Amino acid sequence: MKVLMLGNEAIARGVYEAGARVASAYPGTPSTEITEYIAKCYDEIYCEWAPNEKVALEVAIGASVGGARAVCAMKHVGLNVAADPLFTAAYTGVNGGLVIFVADDPGMHSSQNEQDTRLIARAAKVPVLEPSDSQECKDFAREAFEISEKFDTPVIVRLTTRVAHSRGLVELGEKEEVPLRPYEKNPGKYVMMPAMARKRHIAVEERLADLSGFSDETSLNRIEWGDRKTGVIASGISYQYAKEALGNASFLKLGMVYPLPEKLIREFAARVEYLYVIEELEPFIEDGCRRMGLEVKGKELLPVIGEYSATLIRERVLGQKREKFNSIEENIPARPPVMCPGCPHRGLFYVLRKLKLTVTGDIGCYTLGAQPPLDSIDTCVCMGASVGMAHGIEKARGREAARKTVAVIGDSTFIHSGITGLIDIVYNKGTSTVIILDNSTTGMTGHQDNPATGITIRGERTRQVDLVKLCQAVGVDRVRVCDPFDLDETEKIIREEVAADEPSVIISQRPCALLKNVRFKGALRIDTDKCARCRMCMRLGCPAIVDRGTHIEVDPALCVGCDLCTKVCRFNAFERRGGENA
Amino acid sequence: MRSTSVMIVGVGGQGTLLTSKILGNVGISTGADVKVSEVHGMSQRGGSVVTYVKMGEKVYSPIIEKGEADILLCFEELEALRWIDYAKKDASIIINTQRIDPMPVITGKARYPENIIDKIRAEYRNVIAVPALEIASSCGSIKAANVVMIGVLARRTDVPEDIWLDAIRRTVKPQFVELNTEAFRKGYNLQPSV
Repeated sequence: MKVLMLGNEAIARGVYEAGARVASAYPGTPSTEITEYIAKCYDEIYCEWAPNEKVALEVAIGASVGGARAVCAMKHVGLNVAADPLFTAAYTGVNGGLVIFVADDPGMHSSQNEQDTRLIARAAKVPVLEPSDSQECKDFAREAFEISEKFDTPVIVRLTTRVAHSRGLVELGEKEEVPLRPYEKNPGKYVMMPAMARKRHIAVEERLADLSGFSDETSLNRIEWGDRKTGVIASGISYQYAKEALGNASFLKLGMVYPLPEKLIREFAARVEYLYVIEELEPFIEDGCRRMGLEVKGKELLPVIGEYSATLIRERVLGQKREKFNSIEENIPARPPVMCPGCPHRGLFYVLRKLKLTVTGDIGCYTLGAQPPLDSIDTCVCMGASVGMAHGIEKARGREAARKTVAVIGDSTFIHSGITGLIDIVYNKGTSTVIILDNSTTGMTGHQDNPATGITIRGERTRQVDLVKLCQAVGVDRVRVCDPFDLDETEKIIREEVAADEPSVIISQRPCALLKNVRFKGALRIDTDKCARCRMCMRLGCPAIVDRGTHIEVDPALCVGCDLCTKVCRFNAFERRGGENA
Repeated sequence: MRSTSVMIVGVGGQGTLLTSKILGNVGISTGADVKVSEVHGMSQRGGSVVTYVKMGEKVYSPIIEKGEADILLCFEELEALRWIDYAKKDASIIINTQRIDPMPVITGKARYPENIIDKIRAEYRNVIAVPALEIASSCGSIKAANVVMIGVLARRTDVPEDIWLDAIRRTVKPQFVELNTEAFRKGYNLQPSV
């Protein structure tokens, strides 16, 4: 029976069919659903959210050494965090199969950069598979475990947004019963001290040569002969675009992109007149072809930036002009993402903007505080960076600068990698103020629990990290808690803490408006007789408050009734629909 | 089902993911190859969102490009205008008559275009305006507006009504089946003539 499955859902299915026993991950778009589906659908797999990708991979490595088939999933930038264990796990190899699913985000739908995982995998000397639709997601996930165990190596399965987040038909298979392998102490393989690591590096290089041979033989790589004038080498989603644009051409479809199947590529190249490589992001396959001395067209025609499409390929490869489509002349306002109505972050950023502070920001929904009208955030680099950067600004510009600077970081992000920055501030005598936006969830990736919520991925209660005690334990004496919807109190606390001559942490506590247990009292409206059109409420950047030119009104379809606007309105113009004065 | 490309456009949070799931399930019921491409993550937070549903004998790219959509299902007027170039000239363009101001309009940096549906009608012959919020509200919840829209769309395909209703039953939570069935029927019967 065929089922319509999200690429990530199909990965989870493949992991299940392969008999995996342990999964650990940190959420990150577009990889999050892999672990969510494992947790939701396959009780027999132990599954957890780890505090960050490095820990997640270490858990998976441990499970593999312990004899289980193990997986780990993350987004491309998560692999940077997990790079340390990855590079050495390549030396230790595995016991039970170890597969790492990494989702790249060409076009940056929901990311801060556009890096190409294949380059990191090559640097780590770890083989890479690249599925191009949901069926392959499932099949390659299974195959990856076979390769991992056969060649004693971690395997990366690289996805991109359009594969991870597209649904396609999948033929389901049976679950394979894979027994736990025995664990045997083997320091020569698992203790990477110099003497042992030198021997293992030799094993890694030999393994790469073996994998190269495998790449030539495996059915993951296949030739589809068509018109021999044009030969296209493609993998992943680029294969689908190329197939749609150049259906008659001959294709070398690569499912295993590292190591490259050199013999197969030479054989293909020799039988076509013009050779093209079509791949999003970096010229990975193309560089491989060039090192082999092949004449090939790739990035001279197609960009290293953004996503591809069939139209782009027709235009660049076939020289077909794009049709003109601007049928209606009109200035269309952009619609950037915004904080939701009722979002707890809105109150905090309203205050930060009012105080005109320099704000080092971090990764999460609250990054949207960089946009008008809140305009509050000055920087956003990576998970946890807000804390270290605030400290760096102080060390560069002195204590006066620290009095005008705060770091903002979400609860989950703080656990991920903010805590180490805070230790740095304390240890090195900084005076920065760190605001933890504790909304009781991991918001942007779709509401995952984390150590600070006290709930596991499967919804069980567990010991909750006490953020106040945690900050106190690393040496922050000034830890304050505020409700970001109490604007006066929040402002007072921030003023006091930035002025303090020691490190402080403010925990801005209010749950995400989208959480199920969050209830508001219902939509508001504006009494136009009372409204003086001072536009103070417009400064909140609430999508539910709109200026109709003649009057300001509340969109009842969007307003949740969080009442934040009532706190900035000096004319008491907001009232609850259907009575009960707000 | 004949080869069909449906684009669903709207504002993050309007229920486009459920809509594409139902459409995908309908595609499978007809024996077609189906691909659905969705937007998750940051773009979902009140941003412009687009979902592609492609059905046919064999679907390669999950993406629909300019001039390729047979049906443009628009959950919001400005989004209809933003994505209109993706519709074929004879496409069914189904527009929910809801207006959600984007932040540049709210902050006064930009103006919300006027008479959007008239402007689209001037260029495209098959435009259906649907007061989906009102219809859904009359069924009991404005959250069913997406299923009202599916009802309107269903009438413009060659797939029988019961296949649609079955897909809805299989996709929505059991407690919402009744509400959504009524919402679908009201959409389906909105304009009996195609």
